[in-house]
Amino acid sequence: MRYFNDALVWLNDPLNWTNPGGIFARLSEHLRISAAAVLLGCLIAWPLGLWLGHRGRGGDLVVLVSNVTLAIPTLSLLTLISLSAVGFGEAAVILALTVFAIPPLLANAYTGLREVDPEVRDAARGMGLSGWQLLYQVELPLSVPYLAAGFRTAAVQVVATASLAALVAGGGLGQIIAEGFGLGIGVAGGQVVAGGLLVAGLALLVEGVFAVTERLVTPRPLRRARGMRRAGATAANV
Amino acid sequence: MSLPDSPVLVYADAANPWFSWQFLQENQDAVLSALREHASLTAEAVALAALVAIPLAVLGYWFRPLTAPILALTGVLYTIPSLALFALLAPFLPGRVTVLVGLVTYALLVITRNAVAGLTQVPEPVRDAARGMGYGRLAQLWRIELPLALPGILTGLRLATVSTVALVTVGVLNGHGALGEFLTAGFRAGYRAEITTATIIIFSLGLVLDLVLAGVGRLLTPWARRRAA
Repeated sequence: MRYFNDALVWLNDPLNWTNPGGIFARLSEHLRISAAAVLLGCLIAWPLGLWLGHRGRGGDLVVLVSNVTLAIPTLSLLTLISLSAVGFGEAAVILALTVFAIPPLLANAYTGLREVDPEVRDAARGMGLSGWQLLYQVELPLSVPYLAAGFRTAAVQVVATASLAALVAGGGLGQIIAEGFGLGIGVAGGQVVAGGLLVAGLALLVEGVFAVTERLVTPRPLRRARGMRRAGATAANV
Repeated sequence: MSLPDSPVLVYADAANPWFSWQFLQENQDAVLSALREHASLTAEAVALAALVAIPLAVLGYWFRPLTAPILALTGVLYTIPSLALFALLAPFLPGRVTVLVGLVTYALLVITRNAVAGLTQVPEPVRDAARGMGYGRLAQLWRIELPLALPGILTGLRLATVSTVALVTVGVLNGHGALGEFLTAGFRAGYRAEITTATIIIFSLGLVLDLVLAGVGRLLTPWARRRAA
């Protein structure tokens, strides 16, 4: 229990919050990196997933992307991209996280479009809608619940994974934990536990906020079979 | 975004291939022992997780109102980032145990969820027939329901195994990252081949274990194979 008391003492020191490299600075780094990775992931995965779903092909590709990224350690991409032409820093971390944001976004976009009732699609075609009109006016609105579920899974996963950026000195809240381990558990056990509480708290908070948001953006008649929808999401790899 | 001063940049112009057989040959012993450690951490973690998760799934299956809380609890544990979990456990447990407990916590959700799905997919007529033949609850579970839920259970085990293989690397935080140690060592030295080599081995380990489990699944469910043929 000593370490929990140490952690509370550490968290109670205002300087640990406001210092350069303190909690506020690390938190804003963490959120900035995560937001950039999720947005980049959306820009890549959504158009691709919607297009594949609209054409009704490429399901194998979607599954393959999910399985492959599940087997690649986050740490591999973080270290490799840092040593590539991209160089050290936020850009490398964001790119690595984007790779892990893509599978849930892609899988849910694809599934969302595939789950549109074929009769609805038929009716839309019968009314004379072109392919693009069908996609934008019919399929896209109907797959919003899936897109929202994918976004939530990706966001939670990226916020959790972003803590690993600390292992390549890439910033974020994980840095507090990594620095604590660097000093040694005996000396900085309190800081390590405090960092653990902060990172875990942030992940749970983000999960909660997005669960509520997902519910709000999902039209009432479509609020069913949530479990089914989440089943399409891939397991987090953090 | 500050990187501590390191000799990394000094090496930037030196030969820095993306892959090197020479590196692999010269470090054969270290790589092999890390591979053994990686495989044994994975096997222990998945086995322990299965020992906890499958009884939990059975509990949720027998007492339906418990299913949602069980999945919610394992879901919360799953949401906590591995780094935070290791940080919260490290002061209280020995290094290797910290990593192991973290990995088990992570594998729980996937195995439990798939086992529950597998069990609930057992057709009602089958259970009815089992009851009619006089099976007790345990005998019915052991002889009828668990075998029929095997495909679901194995799916969970395969997913858990593949993600655990990748996750072991986070153990570098307290020096128990097995093959992950090569990732951070390569990063510190700025040497790419070390990272690529370790990544390829880790990826292949996941693939091989996945195929092994898939094979075990085929052997254990001959009826599914016959149906497919």
